[in-house]
Amino acid sequence: MIFLLLSIVFLVLRVLPGDPARLHFGERAVKPATLIALRHALGTDKPIINQYFDYLIGLLHGNLGKSMADFSPVTQQVMSAFPATLELAIYATAIAVTLGILLGVRASRRYNHPEDHMIRAYGIISYAIPVFYLGMVFQLIFGLGLHWFPTGGRTYPGMEPTGFQWGTLHFATGLYTVDSLLEGSLPKFFTALRYLFLPSLTLGIVLSGVFVRLTRINMLESLRMDFVTAARARGIKERTITYTYALKNAFLPVLTMMGLQFAALLAGAVLTETTFSWPGLGRYLVDRISLRDYTAVQGAVVFFALLVATVSLIVDVLYAYFDPRIRL
Amino acid sequence: MPLLPRLTNLARKGPSGWMIIIGAITISTIVIMTLIAPYVSPYNPSAINVGPILQPPSLKFPMGTNHLGEDMLSRVLSGGATMLEVALLSMVVCMIGGIPIGLLASFTGGVADKAASLVMDSIYAFPGLVLAIAIAAMLGPGVVNMALAIAVVYIPSYYRIVRSQVLTIKELNYVEAARSLGARSTKILTRYIFPNLLPSVVVVATINLADAILTEAGLTFVGLGLPVSTPDWGWDLTYGRELLASGAWWVIGFSGLMIVITAFGFTILGEGLSELLNPKLTERT
Repeated sequence: MIFLLLSIVFLVLRVLPGDPARLHFGERAVKPATLIALRHALGTDKPIINQYFDYLIGLLHGNLGKSMADFSPVTQQVMSAFPATLELAIYATAIAVTLGILLGVRASRRYNHPEDHMIRAYGIISYAIPVFYLGMVFQLIFGLGLHWFPTGGRTYPGMEPTGFQWGTLHFATGLYTVDSLLEGSLPKFFTALRYLFLPSLTLGIVLSGVFVRLTRINMLESLRMDFVTAARARGIKERTITYTYALKNAFLPVLTMMGLQFAALLAGAVLTETTFSWPGLGRYLVDRISLRDYTAVQGAVVFFALLVATVSLIVDVLYAYFDPRIRL
Repeated sequence: MPLLPRLTNLARKGPSGWMIIIGAITISTIVIMTLIAPYVSPYNPSAINVGPILQPPSLKFPMGTNHLGEDMLSRVLSGGATMLEVALLSMVVCMIGGIPIGLLASFTGGVADKAASLVMDSIYAFPGLVLAIAIAAMLGPGVVNMALAIAVVYIPSYYRIVRSQVLTIKELNYVEAARSLGARSTKILTRYIFPNLLPSVVVVATINLADAILTEAGLTFVGLGLPVSTPDWGWDLTYGRELLASGAWWVIGFSGLMIVITAFGFTILGEGLSELLNPKLTERT
């Protein structure tokens, strides 16, 4: 699976018509000699099969090549941008799943009532909103209008947390909310949280639609099962039945969906990061496209592929853990 | 049957009928608006300096003007053309690519099926926008290139639905009967199996049109869109982001709303259709 994903990335980036060396200069006129030299430096003048093996071997070494724009290693740049994306992804998923489960459970308890229809409409609309449009509307209202939250960046300049430091021992995750707690600085923690709020809310709302729909359908099914009827007959409170009995059964598909939605989450993160000037992988990718830095673009895309493959593996393992009927 | 009784019939089918009606009306309105835009627009949508720059909505410019003094109302009226063009074109490419591969792979089975499924699943697992960005970046700007980039992302959706349907249908008695009567494989595929796929393909196509529109907007937003002179909702959002700081909400406000409405129309239409065509999936009370 990983191998195939990486091969597809290679195919898209190298075999499709379009010469990175040529594209790098855009409309500008360049001497043929410069082009040939650049192609040689990139290795794109070699036969395609050799390029493919160079690419795979480079990946095994964790080497994504050198940037065409600033000539520093792409691997390093990608790794330094990754924690920002991870932090955004974690908070956005938390918001999406919480919203999705709350609204989904609510809708299933009010099946076919106006409230159910409204929640379903919310699910569809949240799906139809371009994430960057929602982000900009939030920026306008909560940032520029009410001044409640900042509209871009990860934290106030100078408020970057250092992580855990004790003598020469130093440990930092790159996640600002975690690092500020490790450092023991609450002001930094709350600043980071304030900066994180709008981007993760935006991404969370856009992703929540799927979870609303999924929770609703699965809850409708669980609530009709025999054990729920039995619990009702025993006189257990409806609230307990919904949240502890039925929801437990409806949760497994939600977990699967979390894994499947990870790809959508990354795609959404690219746009959210661009909207909120969030210095993560997505913004790195977009910046490098405008710089026509094709090695960096390739590196970022490959990294996305690796992430997706890793997460799907983790979800499979978790699934087996939660549902003992499944054997890996 | 005339249109009106048909509509009331649909409405009687409950929520799914209503969803189809709402979706169909929304989309037809958008399409009609885009088609008649050249005749009703108060100004040329890509003529600069028709008014002062960055005017808030007023009687003369009901949706304000942007930083080039272009009339936003005219841009909103005609801005859907590119998006719809790209979305429809990508849908056609998806169908040409996804349906035959799905038909052949699942009908023949064996290694071909395994190989095709593996490739399609890998593409499916990839973050769609990132893949589209990579392809669009390599192909360069243009309506056709954008449509191709989007199509590659969504071909697996068509493949998967076609494959799963064919696997069920080809075991049905009437297909068996046709085969025992000596019908050739090509005939079975085109005459007996293909027509039964159409409802599910229509559902996938409608929902994917919504996705394609959002992806098109996303591609434009990251700077892989069309040349600047074409009025386009996605492009309004792109440069509008830079103008937010000056408080010019009207530049992004209306164009963004149009994207939402269009995507909403296609999504709700697709949802309604899928409930109507696969009732067992949703309603079980």
